[in-house]
Amino acid sequence: MWEVVELIPTKEEWNKALSERHGEQLQKVFSAAAVAICGLGGLGSNIATSLARAGVGKLILIDFDRVDITNLHRQQYKAEQMGMHKTDALRDNLSEIAPYIDLEIHTVRVTEENGAHLLQGADIICEAFDDAESKAMLTGLVLEKMPDKFLVAASGMAGFGSANTIRTRRIAKRFYLCGDGVSDVQSEGSLVSSRVMLCAAHQAHTVLRILAGKFEI
Amino acid sequence: MVKINGEELNAAGKTLAEYLASTSYDPKRIAVERNGDIVPKTQYGETVLKDGDSIEVVSFVGGG
Repeated sequence: MWEVVELIPTKEEWNKALSERHGEQLQKVFSAAAVAICGLGGLGSNIATSLARAGVGKLILIDFDRVDITNLHRQQYKAEQMGMHKTDALRDNLSEIAPYIDLEIHTVRVTEENGAHLLQGADIICEAFDDAESKAMLTGLVLEKMPDKFLVAASGMAGFGSANTIRTRRIAKRFYLCGDGVSDVQSEGSLVSSRVMLCAAHQAHTVLRILAGKFEI
Repeated sequence: MVKINGEELNAAGKTLAEYLASTSYDPKRIAVERNGDIVPKTQYGETVLKDGDSIEVVSFVGGG
């Protein structure tokens, strides 16, 4: 019989591999960054996975919900995780992907009352909710009350529309918006993993570009 | 003229609240940017649109 020995890279090996890919200076910036992700569904779970792989040092993960069978077609959870809080499930999954990442989880609903406290440690905030009113609430909260932070939000990624209509816009100095702007899940009737991942990738990439000092689109 | 979402409109002199009331935007689903800054919701009623203003109304749709 084979003896299975599970080996993961040491922290030094991990950091060296990332520095070789991104450059040492940029990797230091990524490692020192804290990014909050509000909503851990199709957008948030994919944003988190991208940023963890890229070596972002700390993620603040916020969601009140549990993994449901209707999530598994597009969200970064496993069938065996059904019923778990998304915060706990994603923490487990990200820890396997990026073992040295610092993860802070909050199993709560973000509100106008608790938002400032939950998000105070973040340099950049990703809006990854599915409900339009929650998206607008968080956008107002961050841009009005936290003027030193960047917000990367999303609107319009439902359905089977062209991949090429998903894009990133810079609405204001610290406010970026990803998506096609119009494809509402109510009218489109569905969310498709690939198109949601495209939008999540736009958001994750915008975060990394902001960290790299590349602010223009 | 006031540029709103890329379109030149004859809206100078109106408050932002008056302009929004004349549209089909759902106030609970929007964020408004004016000349590069976000306009707090509490200031829609006192924000008077001026000639040359550039306004962007972001109307969020559901899905994520």
